[in-house]
Amino acid sequence: MDIFATALPALNEAFSLILQPQQIAYLATGVLLGLSVGVFPGLGGIAGLSLVLPFIFGMDPVSGLALMVGLVAVIPTSDTFASVLMGIPGSSASQATVLDGFPLSKKGQAARALAAAFVSSLFGGLFGAVVLTFFILMARPLILAFGLPELLMLTILGFSMVGVLAGRSLLKGLVAAGLGMAIGAIGEAPAQGSPRMDFGFWYLQDGLQLVIIGLGIFAIPEIISLLRQNRAISETSRLGAGWMDGIRDWWRNIFLSIRCATIGVIVGVVPGLGGSVVDWIAYGHTVQTSKNKENFGKGDIRGVIGPESSNNAKEGGGLVPTLLFGIPGSGSMAVFIGGMILLGYEAGPQMIRNDLPITYTVVWSLALANVFGAGLCIFLSGGIAKLTTIRFPLLVPFLFMMISFAAFQSRQTLWDLGALVAIGLLGIFMRRFEWPRPAFLIGFVLADQAEVYTYQATQIALTRFRRGFGEGLEYIFSPTVIVLLVITVVSIWLGTRQKPGGDAEADRLRPGTNRMAPVAFAGLVTLFMAVMFLVTSQLSVMIDKVFPMVVSGFAFIGGLILLLQMWRSPESGILFADGESRGEDSIAPHGLWETLVWFVGLLVLTALFGFVIALALFFVIFLRLRERLSWVRIGIMTAGGIGVLLVMAGALNRDFPPGLLQALVELPWPFAGR
Amino acid sequence: MSRNFLSSFAKTAAMTAAAAVISGSALAADFSGETIEWIIPFSEGGGSDKWARFYAPLLSEALPGKPAVVVKNMPGAGSTKGANFFADRARPDGLTILGTSGSTQFPFLLGDPRVKFDYADWNVVLASATGGVAYLPADLGAQWKEDPKAVIENTSFIYGSQGATRLDLVPQLAFELLGMQVDVVFGLKGRGDGRLMFERGEANIDYQTSSSFLSKVTPLVDEGRAVPIMTWGALDADGNIVRDPTFPDIPTFKEVYTQIKGEEPSGEAWEAWKAFFVAGFPAQKMVFLPNGTDQEIIDAYTAAFQAVIERPDFAQISKSRLGVYPQATGAKAETFKTAGTVVAEEPIVWVKGWLKDRYGVELK
Repeated sequence: MDIFATALPALNEAFSLILQPQQIAYLATGVLLGLSVGVFPGLGGIAGLSLVLPFIFGMDPVSGLALMVGLVAVIPTSDTFASVLMGIPGSSASQATVLDGFPLSKKGQAARALAAAFVSSLFGGLFGAVVLTFFILMARPLILAFGLPELLMLTILGFSMVGVLAGRSLLKGLVAAGLGMAIGAIGEAPAQGSPRMDFGFWYLQDGLQLVIIGLGIFAIPEIISLLRQNRAISETSRLGAGWMDGIRDWWRNIFLSIRCATIGVIVGVVPGLGGSVVDWIAYGHTVQTSKNKENFGKGDIRGVIGPESSNNAKEGGGLVPTLLFGIPGSGSMAVFIGGMILLGYEAGPQMIRNDLPITYTVVWSLALANVFGAGLCIFLSGGIAKLTTIRFPLLVPFLFMMISFAAFQSRQTLWDLGALVAIGLLGIFMRRFEWPRPAFLIGFVLADQAEVYTYQATQIALTRFRRGFGEGLEYIFSPTVIVLLVITVVSIWLGTRQKPGGDAEADRLRPGTNRMAPVAFAGLVTLFMAVMFLVTSQLSVMIDKVFPMVVSGFAFIGGLILLLQMWRSPESGILFADGESRGEDSIAPHGLWETLVWFVGLLVLTALFGFVIALALFFVIFLRLRERLSWVRIGIMTAGGIGVLLVMAGALNRDFPPGLLQALVELPWPFAGR
Repeated sequence: MSRNFLSSFAKTAAMTAAAAVISGSALAADFSGETIEWIIPFSEGGGSDKWARFYAPLLSEALPGKPAVVVKNMPGAGSTKGANFFADRARPDGLTILGTSGSTQFPFLLGDPRVKFDYADWNVVLASATGGVAYLPADLGAQWKEDPKAVIENTSFIYGSQGATRLDLVPQLAFELLGMQVDVVFGLKGRGDGRLMFERGEANIDYQTSSSFLSKVTPLVDEGRAVPIMTWGALDADGNIVRDPTFPDIPTFKEVYTQIKGEEPSGEAWEAWKAFFVAGFPAQKMVFLPNGTDQEIIDAYTAAFQAVIERPDFAQISKSRLGVYPQATGAKAETFKTAGTVVAEEPIVWVKGWLKDRYGVELK
């Protein structure tokens, strides 16, 4: 085998390059940094790499690569902590992990969920490294086979997961996905830059960032709900299953793990698809191919193993186009390429041809980093899982601090917090009225590429058809497109054939006695679609308005049908599901609005005093008024929380949003910008 | 090898620091223990980010007091957000500097309503030029060498673009002036996507700026899969368009036009192309200090950038990352700034009309 003859000696040489004390030390530093950064929601590879870039210039290349790869490789490992323990997506790569990981924590099985997640991550990461090794020598024609029609088809395959994740009402799922796409279409249009639905407001010009949407849709509703119930995350005070169970769970589902790791590698290898859907595709696949679906969403360990196997495998896959073409598949890969240039290497075909051993040190770094990172995380998971037995309100100031800081990574202004509150409110209502939030998120994530690929593929196809009918057909129906089409059809068929797995929340969400509330929410969504349709129809550039008009038009019709169904449906129908009528939220000791005021209060305080002062005030007021702690404990917790935040922000060179106070008085960092 | 490089790096760094002290211009400004924030209004990994990260450690060594220089990415609203922020908030203390690119100048020139800054307010301390190369697939390239006119008449081209109001305005207008039939596919996220479309055979004409042409397209040319057909050219000291010094063997757009049309380009359209070419390429990237900065601080920065450019190893370390282009400071940088940001009314009006007629784009 030619490939083996090329690969093996180079792999061998790379191994001796990496296995030096200095290089291993840099790799370990990268892993520790990556784990620390990954634990903070909203901070991912870009933030972590920016932290080390100033030191990269002039470093020995192998050490520099080990440092950077070590850091990037373990972020999808440690981001699992926040997803499983707190229900906050640790990064865009582990949003789907929340769906089953967090319910497991609530059942007192956090250690089991974490261990299963970490072993899956480890496996996925190693799988990705192996694929990278051989793929990088032969992937060029394969990547070039993915033209625009193929990318569009992959996007459609991603959308087919909506059917699986839609829950009990497919129509609600479709409208939710439409809402996600509509919100994803806000901001400057990708083709000609027309402003869409920004109403002249600069914050909306670039659209809303995924970190805001992820936190608002998943984290805020869970945090508010737990805060209202005033208890620990874990419903049992004794933690059940331990980390060994998690590892056994993974072993029992090894084939699922292999399949999901394969999905992760493929999504990573194809440039232009973006990494933020991979966990959803893997989750959808897990649900589709499982016989017994009842427990998904309530804490099925397979729902953790699937996405976690895929998101680490994606990093190995993502390095293929990054190294082969110099085309970054994600933001963190773009920074990685920048760091490689600082080391004197330009990613691209000539690097693989001329510097294969150096290229392969990347592979080894990736594999070793996954082993170090996952090993350390498994070791720590038992202890960290105890967090879930602490009474939740005590964690709330810290969580608010973390998600606000995460949200500020979007634009570093107060509006980030405002947007988070607004999207959070949407998330709270979607949770309350059983609108499938994963479907919404898939719509949001895929909106941009759905629009761009549709438009670009159409444009090129039209030119081809002008040249000749055969040439046009050949372009649209390439063998790859046909294969993907078949997979999509099978996927939709699997999704509709069986009873959808998303009826997980059925216990919590029974139809309420109040018909008006769910109808009002559905009505508001429908109204939003009508407004969007009318506003975007006023744009002058045709290619910038087609997509939002089509999406909002169809979602509007969907909303009307939904309202019609509600009108004709009996009061006990599932369409009237309302978490405030029955279930845990309805008997919570604190009301929704009363609880939400705390978060809005932090927003108002920030607008007045800037974030750091506002946060200190919030810690004190919350812990005193709501928790009635002693002043000593309040002092310790406030100082500890803000101290960690300042260290983090200082290291990452981040400012905090200023408020009214900063406009009047000049203050030093961290109270104002540098 | 890396060790040699490091020690030579340290030596030259010491030399440049000494040079800065001897020259005396920087006596008043001292940045010991300070952190300088270099705002780049683009995201990480893009051309401007790479450019700033190339200069940042060198600048840190060369400034008096060796302050830390950190690159702060502030992307948004096509780079106008970061530039607006700088205009609004940066204090004239030399601790905040801004790096802009042609993509910041174009909205400024076209009167984009989001622009709240004025280049005239700022003090330029470094200007970096670059160039661009257009290329064709092998078969078309071979025919082009025989008879470019026939290729233009008989080919329907597809070109991937980041948007007509961006840097792609220059190639798109050039294609149009040559009379090429080009279907422009918009919505690209970066020029790398355009190159990938070309490699997949979906686009059959593409252009790259010099540094990415050198690293990413040259291998394709060597394999016989791509043929460069023209550069946008470079400016000589008198403001004439001449051959690009990085690609002396490739004719300029102006030469190709003259060859095909039988006469030198002239008229409103040509003047408009030239104005935007100058703003987009020879004066592409600049470093600014805010309005009202002390002359001593400006001088310190000018001396520091001058010292960086005069490093004996500068040509070697910058070649693969910036290409062989003028890196100007002082009065020369001022000339670049004027050429890139002060454009007569007529070309701008013409381009606005063209954008509206051809692509339906109105900036309002």
